[in-house]
Amino acid sequence: MEKVRPQWGHQRQFVLACISYAVGLGNVWRFPYLCQLYGGGSFLVPYLIMLFVEGMPLLYMELAVGQRMRQGSIGAWRTISPYLSGVGIASVVVSFFGTIYYNVINAWSFWYLFHSFQDPLPWSVCPLNGNHTGYEEECEKASSTQYFWYRKTLNISPSIQETGGLQWEPALCLILAWLMVYLCILRGTESTGKIEQLANPKTWVNAATQIFFSLGLGFGSLIAFASYNEPSSNCQKHAITVSLINSSTSIFASIVTFSIYGFKATFNYESCLNKVILLLTNSFDLEDGSVTASNLEQVKDYLASTDPSRYSEVFPLIKNCSLESELDTAVQGTGLAFIVYTEAIKNMEVSQLWSVLYFFMLLVLGIGSMLGNTAAILTPLTDSKLITSHLPKEAISGLLCLISCAVGLVFTMEAGNYWFDIFNEYAATLSLLLIVLVETIALCYVYGLRRFENELQAMTGRALNWYWKAMWACVSPLLIIGLLLFYLSDYILTGTLQYQAWDATQGQLVTKDYPAYALAVIGLLVASSTMCIPLVALGIFIMHRYKRGDTAPVA
Amino acid sequence: MLWLLFFLVTVIHAELCQPDAENAFKVRLSIRRALGDKAYVWDTNEESLFRAMVAFSMRKVPNRETTEISHVLLCNVTQRVSFWFVVTDPSKNHTLPAVEVQSAIRMNRNRINNVFFLNDQTLEFLEIPSTIAPPMDPPVPIWIIIFGVIFCIVIVAITLLVLSGIRQRRRKNKGSSEVDDAEEKCENTITIENGIPCDPLDLKGGHINDVFVTEDERLTPL
Repeated sequence: MEKVRPQWGHQRQFVLACISYAVGLGNVWRFPYLCQLYGGGSFLVPYLIMLFVEGMPLLYMELAVGQRMRQGSIGAWRTISPYLSGVGIASVVVSFFGTIYYNVINAWSFWYLFHSFQDPLPWSVCPLNGNHTGYEEECEKASSTQYFWYRKTLNISPSIQETGGLQWEPALCLILAWLMVYLCILRGTESTGKIEQLANPKTWVNAATQIFFSLGLGFGSLIAFASYNEPSSNCQKHAITVSLINSSTSIFASIVTFSIYGFKATFNYESCLNKVILLLTNSFDLEDGSVTASNLEQVKDYLASTDPSRYSEVFPLIKNCSLESELDTAVQGTGLAFIVYTEAIKNMEVSQLWSVLYFFMLLVLGIGSMLGNTAAILTPLTDSKLITSHLPKEAISGLLCLISCAVGLVFTMEAGNYWFDIFNEYAATLSLLLIVLVETIALCYVYGLRRFENELQAMTGRALNWYWKAMWACVSPLLIIGLLLFYLSDYILTGTLQYQAWDATQGQLVTKDYPAYALAVIGLLVASSTMCIPLVALGIFIMHRYKRGDTAPVA
Repeated sequence: MLWLLFFLVTVIHAELCQPDAENAFKVRLSIRRALGDKAYVWDTNEESLFRAMVAFSMRKVPNRETTEISHVLLCNVTQRVSFWFVVTDPSKNHTLPAVEVQSAIRMNRNRINNVFFLNDQTLEFLEIPSTIAPPMDPPVPIWIIIFGVIFCIVIVAITLLVLSGIRQRRRKNKGSSEVDDAEEKCENTITIENGIPCDPLDLKGGHINDVFVTEDERLTPL
């Protein structure tokens, strides 16, 4: 008798799990950044087109595969074709890299959340220097929020070569984050459920990429979630629901982010103006309050004409304050979440409340995505009878959390943030594109689109719309091939890869080249997942020849 | 004669107090920035109050208890409001060393600020750095307390879930072993499922429904 597969208690749990997995930190910090970079509202056009042409079809495909095969990614692709179990393994490897580095973000969110219960907020004031006569130099040169992020949270080293020691505070937060994730995945599915520029080709590529990664395709998490579905559930409706909710969350988040940008830009612009006014008032001993923002230009001209020698001394120190340049500083990733947002929050009324709410939201988003990542790894592991016969489910989850936590401690070292950026940029990007491409081609041409269509119809009772068939068979694979070619050519053309390092003496980021061993790690990250596909196929091919060679003389 | 003496004294005073003179300090006030509408006008009365405060500060220094208001000299008052001051010794020939003046001002900075309704940022003594009050530092950082609370809650929850999982599995194992034993002696015993005894069909044989004709009678005899 077949072992009964655990199921979602209610359809809503499955949809919520998918949404919570898809809606992650990328919606909050990557989408608004891309919007700003590629022309604001007009970015929505390529984004929505890519959503309907690439995002929804591929999401539907992954859910349908999981629901039909009723197994995790490794088992599902092995059912389609034994040579393709490498695809499932590649998904698991990529998910493993994802789980290792992603939970570090939750650790940082915990750190900021715990520090939000103080008055004043620790990132709103600079600490004092040794003899209490002024503020720390690094904090003066940068800003208090940047200082809190780079010095107090990360204690970052000047370059990736200087590894430094393990920082116990972020390490503690990381352990707590992993305990939280373990608590949620402990019981398996049952507990998881109860988420003018249009002509620029880069705009379209970034829209396609954003949709792709935002939905979390290729990790195997969606296959894992869907494998716990009843065969008759309407996964077409779920696919559309999840992708629409994911996109509307991105758009909503960008509205909020833009208003925060505006607030911060206005605030900084006014501070800049005040600094210039103070400088002029002090250097020329003008009457206090006589220089205002409105007459600043006239005063400058007047001073230049009446006292040119002193004016030329002061002139280099005068900064040109411009609201446009403040608005143009687009920041993405951890910089946006932990520096820009905290800077805006510290200037609001009742800042502790906003801070707690904001970091709680980041935590919820992050842990939701983590559950999807861990499900992608655990489902194939628990599907395999070899492992479940020796260890109970709780022990497998515990072991995974322990190993990931131990490896993740690397990111809590002084140079940890640089390694984090490496993982964030390279661990998943190319590999996922390749995995999803192979998935689509395998489903349509190896398993057979017609066969899959008939099985889906028998399973769900609904016919497969021609739109999905057209997308799966031609449009989406072509799109992904285009994306792959673009990224490969981009990597080749730019030459050596560079990264941004924090310079404590200057109080700003500087660009440096990656050392050789970092480049090797990047290559290893990409290769270890992509090479799974051909290597496993080759291995199984050799095994079959060997078996056939064995049995041939007997037959 | 008197004219000459007065002239000499003024000249000496002027020489002692000059911008960038030895032991001279520049002071800068931002009254309008601090007080807005309630800003007062800086006039000679305020200046004499300032001189009095400086003299007061110097009198607190050992060996300088005899400093008088007239020993404090102000010069180069600008519209900003900013000016230079020096403190002379009783003979009015030399200025007191900058280090003493500096330490005296630092000790009494708060009182000087309060007299003028200003603070360290709006009443600036250039080159006399003020001691900034450090932010309140609780003995145990607050974040560790909250971290500890959440950590304990999560550990307790994990332990509870793991223990209940183990207990469930042990109950299931005991239950399934009972079912196994029963199946082995299945012909002689009655298996209980959900509290209802189920009789295996071959024991009872089922009831014969007379509606259905037996096979022998269906076929007409040859």
